[in-house]
Amino acid sequence: MKKVVTLAMGNGGIENMELIQKTIQRHLQNEHLQKAEDATALPSLTNPAFTTDSFTISPIFFPGGDIGKLAIAGSCNDLAMMGAKPKFLSLSFIIEEGFLLRDLEKIVRSMKKELSINGAAIVTGDTKVVPKGSCDGVYINVSAIGERIINSSQENITIGDKLLVSGDIARHGAAIFAGREGIELANSIESDCKSLWPIVEELIEADIEIKAMRDATRGGVAAVLNEWAMATNTTMEIEEGRFMVDEGVQGICEILGFEPFVLANEGTFMVVVDQNDAKRAQEILQKHNPHAAIVGEVSDSYPGRVTLQSEWGTKRFLDMPTGEILPRIC
Amino acid sequence: MAVELKDFYEKFRDPKTIKALSKAINQEAQKLDHPINIMEVCGGHTHTIMKYGLLQLLPKNIRFIHGPGCPVCIMPKERIDHAYILAMQEDVILCTLGDMIKVPGSRGSLQDARSKGADVRVVYSPLDVMKIAKENPTKKVIFFAIGFETTTPMTVALIENAMKQKISNILYHINHVTVPEVMRELIDSRDEHIDSYNNQIDAFLGPSHVSVITGSKIYEEFPTKYKRPVVVAGFEPVDVMEGVLMIIYQFLENRCEVEIQYKRSVNRNGNINAQKLIEKYFEKRELFKWRGLGNIPKSAWRLKDEYEHLDAEKLYELPKEEIEDHKLCICGDILRGMAKPTECQVFGTACTPQKPLGSCMVSSEGACAAYYKYGNLLQEVQ
Repeated sequence: MKKVVTLAMGNGGIENMELIQKTIQRHLQNEHLQKAEDATALPSLTNPAFTTDSFTISPIFFPGGDIGKLAIAGSCNDLAMMGAKPKFLSLSFIIEEGFLLRDLEKIVRSMKKELSINGAAIVTGDTKVVPKGSCDGVYINVSAIGERIINSSQENITIGDKLLVSGDIARHGAAIFAGREGIELANSIESDCKSLWPIVEELIEADIEIKAMRDATRGGVAAVLNEWAMATNTTMEIEEGRFMVDEGVQGICEILGFEPFVLANEGTFMVVVDQNDAKRAQEILQKHNPHAAIVGEVSDSYPGRVTLQSEWGTKRFLDMPTGEILPRIC
Repeated sequence: MAVELKDFYEKFRDPKTIKALSKAINQEAQKLDHPINIMEVCGGHTHTIMKYGLLQLLPKNIRFIHGPGCPVCIMPKERIDHAYILAMQEDVILCTLGDMIKVPGSRGSLQDARSKGADVRVVYSPLDVMKIAKENPTKKVIFFAIGFETTTPMTVALIENAMKQKISNILYHINHVTVPEVMRELIDSRDEHIDSYNNQIDAFLGPSHVSVITGSKIYEEFPTKYKRPVVVAGFEPVDVMEGVLMIIYQFLENRCEVEIQYKRSVNRNGNINAQKLIEKYFEKRELFKWRGLGNIPKSAWRLKDEYEHLDAEKLYELPKEEIEDHKLCICGDILRGMAKPTECQVFGTACTPQKPLGSCMVSSEGACAAYYKYGNLLQEVQ
């Protein structure tokens, strides 16, 4: 019989300890976790950044990743976008009774791999088991502390800055929709889920004047640009033709009536740089994804809005996505 | 050669072709002796026009009037209440399509019902309902069926397949409506508005997906009886622009006929098998109330009496009285092509996609939602 997580494994006793030690700690072990005390004493950081996120994705395993990879990459990316090198993470599991132990271990292994890419470590954690039906398999909460190397913030954005995208868009959202709805295409779509710190570090080391960065997760590129436009009361002017959308991703969008601009990404980010650094930044980004591009610039033509220029010369607003993303009717 | 999905849209969004069509339209439109008001009957066309900024490519004497062809927009509150009441029944799973769950009825939307514990599910295709019914044999699965001629065959395919597989726990609430009857209503009505809107529609742009099922023949009365040309056009920007050019040519050449722009899938007769299947299970209702437009004869389908054991409308006690729309809302005038969304005093203020008062702001195919989302740059002609 396949081994599963039981309610007893969340009891705080022997079974609990075994679950933590054998399935989780074994893969994530380090000097901090080893101490197993109520809290972890950390070395002081000169310019710390702190973030938290919860991960409740369905399906838990998707083309290009799983909830574990997503939890570590997603949390570390939040730090990276602030110009902070990820350092210390907390990890909290909420697991549904009956969840396969083998799957849990697979998730933890993914986490280990992603932590090493970021050079970060889990320094404290928690595990709860809830009765069957109380959650959808497994939920993960991660909080993360990093050390800021540069001051990346939307507050730095000024008129004339250039907007860049780090790769093709909407892969994660399309992969999840396809997985959830069982849509099979000739070429399967993989999520872009990945850690961004190594790319950000390269931009920093090349002395690019980074004004702001944001990973285009839920709400996609449209949400990021609208948030920047509103927060800075400027206009994000972008050109539709400069964005690359994978053929399979576009196919999902056509079938379901979605716009790629509102679908989630998990390894693609928008970056605002000084106009003099745009070309160099593009070259660095293209080493990681050939579809990275300068997609527009910051202006003052429609304060607080995002404009989208088509390849045939028309212009429209790209609005903030609202509500549930639902497929069209006909 | 294998056909790929991109073959269906890529060349129909080609910038060079769109620019060339724009140039031709602007040149030919100069020869017209009067402006042409084209009603795009379908919300899908409205969406294309706004999303791709096509108005910015047209001369001033070619105007679009947005029509009533959005299945969500035209659903009256009382029928949304039916869905809400059905969803709140014990042991019922209510399934419907897309944006329908956001439209407010007098008791709330299906989204509200869901937050109160109702089991409401959005399906991508009506056939998904079968899977839900199989997985929940102790529940009644009610399909709240909506849409024009495009989605009707999928509902009857669901009925047919469920019967073949002897799945007995699916019921139906049928709200399928038909296009020609509402077009006729817009020209034919004899109420106080007759002159204002009757005089505005010079030609129709017909939706291609409707005619894939029905054929182009359903529009033949419009050129002959009403002297309005109809061009059946697809939904890509090249389709719409070419459709406009074909309408202009009809006026310049003194022709008035039904033409097909979307020749890649539409012919005169349509999909006969689908039409037969619809007639096997459905018959026309005497009257069906359209939101903002009132009761229109023979404009919607219902299940035939022999299938009343599948008809949720007959099996459950549902209120019959009509419900007024919000007083400030001018959805009716917008659906009739008498008013632009921006003429509504609550547009973008009390009525937004996050908090809609009227259904035209809810559906992604609604004229108000399209204007809200894309519309403010319309004046900036490139």
